[in-house]
Amino acid sequence: MTKLLIKNGTVIDPAGKNGGGRDILIENGKISKIGRVQASGARVIDAKGLLVMPGLIDMHTHLRDPGQPEKETIASGSRAAALGGYTTICCMANTTPPLDDPALIAYVVGKAEKEAVVNVLPIAAVTRGLKGEEIAEMGRCVAAGAVAFSDDGQTIGRSDVMRRAIEYAKQFNKPIIAHCEDTNLSKGGAMNESRLSTEIGLPGIPALAEELIVARDLLLAKKYGRVHIAHVSSAGAVKLVRQAKKDGAPVTCETAPHYFSLTEEAVREYDANAKVNPPLRTEKDRKEIIRGLKDGTIDAIATDHAPHTIEEKKVEFSLAANGLIGLETALALALTKLLPEGLTLKEIVKLMSAAPADILGLTGKGRLAIGADADLIVVDQKAAWIVDPDKFASISRNTPFAGARLKGKVLHTIVSGRLVVKDGKLVN
Amino acid sequence: MNKVKGLKNKDLLGLKDLSVEELQLILKTAVSMKEVISRPIPKVPTLLGKHLVTLFYEPSTRTRTSFNMAAKVLSANITNVALSSSSISKGESLIDTAKNLEVMGVDAIIIRHNMAGAAHLLARQTRACVINAGDGCDEHPTQGLLDIFTMIDKKKTVKGKKVVIVGDIAHSRVAKSNIWGLNKLGANVVVVGPPTLMPDGIEELGVKVSYDLDRELRDADFVNMLRIQRERMDKGFFPSIGEYAKLYGLNAGRLKNARPDLVIMHPGPINRGIEMTSEVADGPNTVILEQVTNGVAVRTALLFLLLSGNN
Repeated sequence: MTKLLIKNGTVIDPAGKNGGGRDILIENGKISKIGRVQASGARVIDAKGLLVMPGLIDMHTHLRDPGQPEKETIASGSRAAALGGYTTICCMANTTPPLDDPALIAYVVGKAEKEAVVNVLPIAAVTRGLKGEEIAEMGRCVAAGAVAFSDDGQTIGRSDVMRRAIEYAKQFNKPIIAHCEDTNLSKGGAMNESRLSTEIGLPGIPALAEELIVARDLLLAKKYGRVHIAHVSSAGAVKLVRQAKKDGAPVTCETAPHYFSLTEEAVREYDANAKVNPPLRTEKDRKEIIRGLKDGTIDAIATDHAPHTIEEKKVEFSLAANGLIGLETALALALTKLLPEGLTLKEIVKLMSAAPADILGLTGKGRLAIGADADLIVVDQKAAWIVDPDKFASISRNTPFAGARLKGKVLHTIVSGRLVVKDGKLVN
Repeated sequence: MNKVKGLKNKDLLGLKDLSVEELQLILKTAVSMKEVISRPIPKVPTLLGKHLVTLFYEPSTRTRTSFNMAAKVLSANITNVALSSSSISKGESLIDTAKNLEVMGVDAIIIRHNMAGAAHLLARQTRACVINAGDGCDEHPTQGLLDIFTMIDKKKTVKGKKVVIVGDIAHSRVAKSNIWGLNKLGANVVVVGPPTLMPDGIEELGVKVSYDLDRELRDADFVNMLRIQRERMDKGFFPSIGEYAKLYGLNAGRLKNARPDLVIMHPGPINRGIEMTSEVADGPNTVILEQVTNGVAVRTALLFLLLSGNN
């Protein structure tokens, strides 16, 4: 394999020290040298004035494979990821059929080896058929390559099943990723329940629908073992996690870029591209999410990239599918929205790389150190661009950020030492 | 009739979007239209050659008939399309339906739909004028207009008047359109009903919330009784129809403490014995049938304003 030398970049390593003008040498898919490097015969990437950071890790992606290639495939989703600066994505189990069986985990791993341009790590279902009744073969799924367990899209309603799953998963040292939603409170709802839902007449979903199950799962975690709370969207949920961490519960959580970038106001004109579950909430919630990102309550930013066809979105709001795509906008949103809020570059990079790597136990990823995997990206922090969904590599277009002006562009993406995005374009 | 200064938008989606001037223009025009309708031959050629379609995904008698009468007063052609709301979930696309109607040369689509925002979705997809005849729990603007028209007809103005709206506020597009319109015109609106049927943040729309109908009736100028749907009870919003009627129904005893000139309204159809007793429904303070008559006048005015000016 050829040697690659990234010269003169401003290195942002969430685990180490930052500094301008450092070179990184990549050999055999690993980082071999950092500092002032002279390497003959290496392909050189000039990163002067640019940021060099670990490749981003998305611990919450829906790739729709198997089952819904009209929305996304492993090939298309991984290309969207590469363009967005992600070198590793973890795909959720709510496919058709769901990833509740070691053969299906092996299918994803095998297909990713053939078709993906970034690392694709499957997340196995917690329960068979995502039904919330019997736990799936977690051990065999781990052996086949699963990095975590989740029935995402569904809450495990039965507390006894959730308890057993948390206990059983302990032996594999992998987290249960919890989708928290009391469906008795949320059913029929299409947006956050608030003054605005009253105003525009859409059926509401109270924040409590999320918070009640967050509270339950935090209590279960304290007693029985690790839980990672997915897509935290409400102020109340942030506060619950903050308190649980103080109490020593083995919990982590993530939020998604739309929860720190948007509020429910995005659905005022019935824009179904802003329909997502949990729903976009109020400014008070958005502020608390940002506070949680700053004080470490929220460990990670994950996209919850949820591709849907135009046909499923261009309908009456109440009928539209939940979810929005995020791989190609997440980093720019984080830089655009969070730097002005006082988060540092290093904190943002940690939330999007080192933290998910730690939660999932991905050794060698999420850091720029000698011997680490050569998954890294080069970013022009100052470049402004307009979000144009027609230019996405994702098959789907469902983003509420179309037309938004964002700052921060991924120029190069390197996966295991291979350049997969160069100058903002996919290589071959 | 001369061309009047029209409304700002091509559509009427809700009273929320109207300015005070536009509201007053519609109400004023409705006065002349009421006169037209009362003529021996209630017909003017204003909208001759225009094609209207009613596109109803929910059943309706009054509203659809009222729009049909209004269209005929103005000599417009009108076609009624009825779709069951179950066909929506079978993949019947609202947008496709709209595009088909548009290429047939339809000038206006009057839509009723069980989901909020359906009229807005349609309006964005077509050059035709879209009139919202009720979208989910959002708005029913022509009902709001005819209610306000009736109030002004009875008491000259709504400014400074106390209007009590009673019942299922959370699921009522009639309540919403009343609130938007009445607030713009300076009325004091009080909503009364069980707390389970009060939507989040309703006070912030500029109304007072109360659970005590007797107290609110004492100094009310108008009371607008909303139709209660049995399915709300089935979904656990209140325990029984009997208890609902006891707490929030109008009866002769309850009216004893109200002002003698209290005007009692209902968008229909009434559940006699629930929202009000027959004695009240057929009593001297009740204007339910006048509301229906005024509905034709208001809708005629609206069609005139939306369709006669723009070519």
